[in-house]
Amino acid sequence: MTARRKDRPVTARGNPGTRRACAALVGAVALALAATGCAGGADPSADGDGVRGPVTVFAAASLTESFTRLGAEFEAAHPGTTVTFSFAGSSALATQVNQGAPADVFAAASPATMRTVTDAGNADGPPVVFARNQLVIAVPQGNPRSVAGLADLTRPGTKVALCAPQVPCGAAARTALDAAGVPLTPVTLEQDVKGALSKLRLGEVDAALVYRTDAAASEVDAVEFPESAGAVNDYPIVVLRQAGNPAAAREFVAYVRSDRGRAALTAAGFQPPRA
Amino acid sequence: MPVALFVPAGLGLIFLVLPLAGLLARAPWATLPQRLAAPGVLTALRLSLLTATVATLVCVVLGVPLAWLLARVEFPGRRLVRALVTVPLVLPPVVGGVALLLVFGRRGLLGGWLDATFGITLPFTTAGVVLAEAFVAMPFLVIAVEGALRGADVRYEEAAATLGAGRWTTFTHVTLPLVAPGVAAGAMLCWARALGEFGATITFAGNFPGRTQTMPLAVYLALETDLEAAIVLSLVLLTVSVAILAGLRDKWTAGP
Amino acid sequence: MTAAAASGGAGTGDPGPPLLDAHLVADRGGFHLDVALRVRAGEVVALLGPNGAGKTTALRVLAGLHPLTAGHLTLAGADLDRPDRRAWIPPERRPVGVVFQDYLLFPHLSARDNVAFGPRRRGADRRAARAVADAWLARVGLAEHARRRPRQLSGGQAQRVALARALAVDPTLLLLDEPLAALDARTRLDTRAELHRHLAAHPGAAVLVTHDPLDALVLADRLVIVEDGRVVQTGDAATVTARPRTDYVARLVGLNLHRGHADGHQVRVGGLTLTAADSVAGEAFVAFPPAAVVLHPARPDGSPRNTWEATVAGVQRHGDNLRVQLDGPLPVVADVTPAAAAQLRLVPGLAVWAAVRAAETRAYPVGR
Repeated sequence: MTARRKDRPVTARGNPGTRRACAALVGAVALALAATGCAGGADPSADGDGVRGPVTVFAAASLTESFTRLGAEFEAAHPGTTVTFSFAGSSALATQVNQGAPADVFAAASPATMRTVTDAGNADGPPVVFARNQLVIAVPQGNPRSVAGLADLTRPGTKVALCAPQVPCGAAARTALDAAGVPLTPVTLEQDVKGALSKLRLGEVDAALVYRTDAAASEVDAVEFPESAGAVNDYPIVVLRQAGNPAAAREFVAYVRSDRGRAALTAAGFQPPRA
Repeated sequence: MPVALFVPAGLGLIFLVLPLAGLLARAPWATLPQRLAAPGVLTALRLSLLTATVATLVCVVLGVPLAWLLARVEFPGRRLVRALVTVPLVLPPVVGGVALLLVFGRRGLLGGWLDATFGITLPFTTAGVVLAEAFVAMPFLVIAVEGALRGADVRYEEAAATLGAGRWTTFTHVTLPLVAPGVAAGAMLCWARALGEFGATITFAGNFPGRTQTMPLAVYLALETDLEAAIVLSLVLLTVSVAILAGLRDKWTAGP
Repeated sequence: MTAAAASGGAGTGDPGPPLLDAHLVADRGGFHLDVALRVRAGEVVALLGPNGAGKTTALRVLAGLHPLTAGHLTLAGADLDRPDRRAWIPPERRPVGVVFQDYLLFPHLSARDNVAFGPRRRGADRRAARAVADAWLARVGLAEHARRRPRQLSGGQAQRVALARALAVDPTLLLLDEPLAALDARTRLDTRAELHRHLAAHPGAAVLVTHDPLDALVLADRLVIVEDGRVVQTGDAATVTARPRTDYVARLVGLNLHRGHADGHQVRVGGLTLTAADSVAGEAFVAFPPAAVVLHPARPDGSPRNTWEATVAGVQRHGDNLRVQLDGPLPVVADVTPAAAAQLRLVPGLAVWAAVRAAETRAYPVGR
């Protein structure tokens, strides 16, 4: 199903798309645009493969830190390009993409979410997994309740926050708890990882099941637990069919998957995809 | 015919109603019955109606006297107090929820004491939902009632005094009946705002079906996976609340 | 001012101690009120004065809606407000009933519940209060309207409910603020007569605030004229109307009033010498009604006393006659018949001769 799309002449619809994207951006951030050379596109400093112009990336909220860094590095490596990010919950982003939002690249926190985009025919080619994330038990610094594993979370008086089953981290938590056979009743099912983490940091809960990357970016301690191996979350990325700058979009995806990209993701706590 | 009024009025109405039309157009009418019968829908609806109503009662009990204070009693710093009352209006609700946690949370200014002394914990409880909704909705009531009190003729209260009514009796027997339409309007606004409350609720009270998951929370989470389910939930909330508000409005504005 | 002067003139027997004894000194937004007031039981005193004279402030002070800054307010021997002794009884504990200018009937209560409101607040149970209310509504002729809301009542009916409401608490002091001002002319006539009946039956003291001299003359036993926060004249209707002491009062009662220097029957005023019916010495007022002024196209024959040349400044209808404003050495108004006016061809600017009959020219000393 993707082959047919691959055959389509990319350049034929690229230019009007670029103009549309430019027009939209001009309306929003005219000043920033003036520096990008979007309208002219004849930047002499652009490198040989012709990759330049703006790239808009919709990425899962858990990618905020690592992708922001990668974006800056990408712009440095490809003068003439500008990477703009929209970080939010994967599902919300998927909905926006399916409603025609002007994005070039979509990076989701779960294959299920990515599937809503591919099923709607909005992906240009098959998604590829570029990173994996694993659940940890986030506890306050110093681990005051000496939590060592999932079973410890069922101790009386221990309040736990999970993500809601509708969002990827919640689905993963459910899988892990089922695998461990731990009958845990959380006090809350949060809308996203950040919600669960903020409850922990405010001291309202004693533990939260969150991604390792989120724990790493926050002032909490992470307790690894064996059952999380069964609930590893793959992060897929794809160039979108409505991409206004597909060449640069492809280049960005390649950069994320490169060694330098992988290094940035690992630093943020991600694991490399299974070989 | 004053076209200068009708045209913007019509545009305003269209602007307000069009998104509703969007929801109706996308609603999965064929599967509606099954979706309505889905577990959790009624639970969330019941919880929403219950918490919004209790929150409104809390707002009336606390907000009407506060409005009276602002409208009738001269005291230093009254302007500042009036500005403070509107804080929940401008505060992003999520921030409001965090602020509530900082006060009533386990480690909050009052929360620890409440827990130690009375064994009361508010976060992640239905009472917490009520608290979050009341916090966000109370300014609507206070502002409406204060406006009504300022518009009410103080001389009726003086007349009551000359007939032997003390301040409290005057308030309950004369002032309140005089501003009853304002209180009713404020309570309806307050209830509607409480019913739609999302940010402060999920931040302060969390999200747990049957306990703290109100309709707006259910709608938000349904959006994560199932747009149509979210639309159905929204329509249920809309239908029930519009029916209740329209019914009450007719009753309350019939007047004496 | 002596006690005799303050309460004198009513001529109704026992002068005894006044029920209401007040020296009202109050400040309200830059306005200063300083009025002494004594009212005996059964007496009705009208505070009469132009708008802004301080009548309503006086009434508010009496009701306890505004505090005294000095002076005293004693009712039936009890201090209601006495700043120097820090005595202050709040309005709800004063034996005072008030009929407000626009009645202020509680719109959410029926006529009966409006009247029952006072008795109920003063301790009667619901049934007893309603019985009192029904009795009062019957006395003001509104028994059938007991269930109506104020907005279903006519102006005259509302006024009567307001009166019943004020009287239902058995007030020692009844206060009425412009009780007839909101009524149309016809209703006013009937209501005034009825109000007079109820005031006559009221055993306590009553103070009526009005700017309408007719209300004051019909309803009150004694007038207290207030101007600019002070009492300028007091006395019964006959005294005040016969001998006005300020322009305001003179205009009110329809007299020309001038101040001059008298020597026997001769009063020097405005460069003229008028001959009056009374013999006075020293500073004196001269007063005569507009109808006593006769206009002539030329100097009257025989050059009678009290004539002078004047200019017509304006002509207005006044009842069946015309009222003519005259400029000249003595600015006065004259009432002439339409026939006389036609004969004189009265137009502004016309020069005429004015003559006042000495028999109708009253003179009285400025001091007492």
